[in-house]
Amino acid sequence: MKELVEILAKALVDQPEKVNVNLVEKEKSIIIELKVASEDMGKVIGKQGRIARAIRTVVKAAATRHKKKVMVEII
Amino acid sequence: MKVIERTGRTVGEAIDMALQDMRASRDDVEVEVIEEPSKGILGFFGAKPARVKVILKEKMSKRAADFLNNIFNSMDLQVDMDVVEKEEVIFINLDGRELGILIGRRGETLDAIQFLVNLSVNKNQEVRKKIIIDVEGYRNRREETLQKLAFKLANKARQRGRSVVLEPMSSQERRIIHNALQERDDIYTFSEGDEPYRKIIITPKK
Repeated sequence: MKELVEILAKALVDQPEKVNVNLVEKEKSIIIELKVASEDMGKVIGKQGRIARAIRTVVKAAATRHKKKVMVEII
Repeated sequence: MKVIERTGRTVGEAIDMALQDMRASRDDVEVEVIEEPSKGILGFFGAKPARVKVILKEKMSKRAADFLNNIFNSMDLQVDMDVVEKEEVIFINLDGRELGILIGRRGETLDAIQFLVNLSVNKNQEVRKKIIIDVEGYRNRREETLQKLAFKLANKARQRGRSVVLEPMSSQERRIIHNALQERDDIYTFSEGDEPYRKIIITPKK
């Protein structure tokens, strides 16, 4: 799951080396924290959050096999 | 990425030599002129040939397929890919088991993947190509379903003499419905609202 977010983010930004993904596992959910260079924020969020929404949709699909709810947060 | 350097009497000649050696056409490469040719004194003394660096560009369809393969690997999915690259469009058809999760509710996941692949492959490109991703003919089936739905709801609007509001759809799907009902003269269609909640309204003509 972490790998998937990393692949997606790195393909979108200008500075892939600054992409950093962290996994925080809670009791009923998994939170995936995505960090990118501040200049690249727009590249992973998009107009009205369109890109962020697409990333979340793909990750949600990948997570259907897991029992836990997966959330992607961009920080 | 493949890079070669060649020399020739003119820049054009040097490029042609490189293209021949690479078996590539002019559109597949980027060219950097390292040195313009100079005739030197009296046409031979100190004359220098043209020197160019020719860089073979990776095809967009290759990058799209690589990106998709990385995504599917990380999702533990076995997917066969059929890629057709045309002048302005790249069609990618996916085949395999368990691909339902790649389609998602009403193609939501498939659209998200298609959107991300388009962004990534067209990033920093001079010429953009539209990439269309399909799973086992899902888009064609969906198109038929939407056309049937459009006719059914158009009839409903006419019979009731009232507007029928459809659920929110992507621009691709809205276009299918507008097109399906274009010929009808008893109703007309328009869209209302902001993306991603934009929806079609079918209204009877008086």
